Amino acid sequence: MNQKHYESVIILTPVLSEQQMQDAVAGYRGLITENGGEIVHEENWGLTKLAYPIDKKGTGFYHLFEFKANPDFVAKWELTFRRDERILRYLTISLDKWGVEFNQKRRSGEIKASSTAKEKKAVLNAMLDDDSIETED
Amino acid sequence: MARETNFVFNQTPQVLQKKKYCRFKKHGIKHIDYKDKDFLLKFINEQGKILPRRITGTSLKFQRKISVAVKRARHLALLPYVADGLK
Repeated sequence: MNQKHYESVIILTPVLSEQQMQDAVAGYRGLITENGGEIVHEENWGLTKLAYPIDKKGTGFYHLFEFKANPDFVAKWELTFRRDERILRYLTISLDKWGVEFNQKRRSGEIKASSTAKEKKAVLNAMLDDDSIETED
Repeated sequence: MARETNFVFNQTPQVLQKKKYCRFKKHGIKHIDYKDKDFLLKFINEQGKILPRRITGTSLKFQRKISVAVKRARHLALLPYVADGLK
């Protein structure tokens, strides 16, 4: 029982209906718990525009899982993604202690990473002080 | 006389620049989030390329983290691999 902290983002195809998308997510949620994992946090970003087309699709449903699981579970977890045609992209990363701390702060709203664009800008500006990056001409 | 020539040849006229600093060290940021697209935009240029350290002033430790975060964001289509006029 040496569990590690992981974070996964999956992009589901926009062809699915809202219900189908929820079903797919529920399936993956079940997969974590069935294999002795524990879901720490979940986030659904809804239908989001992609920066570039994937499989000729311009949008996708983003879903974020933060979970604790045994390291051997990840291979199985990613294999199901590869087999699933509903999934356009996935990314699983293991979180170090700073990452775990960051995500806790992010959830509690101390870091306004997931807030509205306007707030984000204010935070960034405060962080950058008056010294913005000079870009090359 | 000699002093004057030294002045001309050895000291290139430089405009006083603000000292660059690593913003991660200054603000005590330990983790760089690949999901925060707007934040990562600060470290890439209009074409979507990662800006070098000599421009941003980031320390090597955090430059590596930025580069990983940007690449993760690209994989998830949060940022483009190639772009024109991103900003």
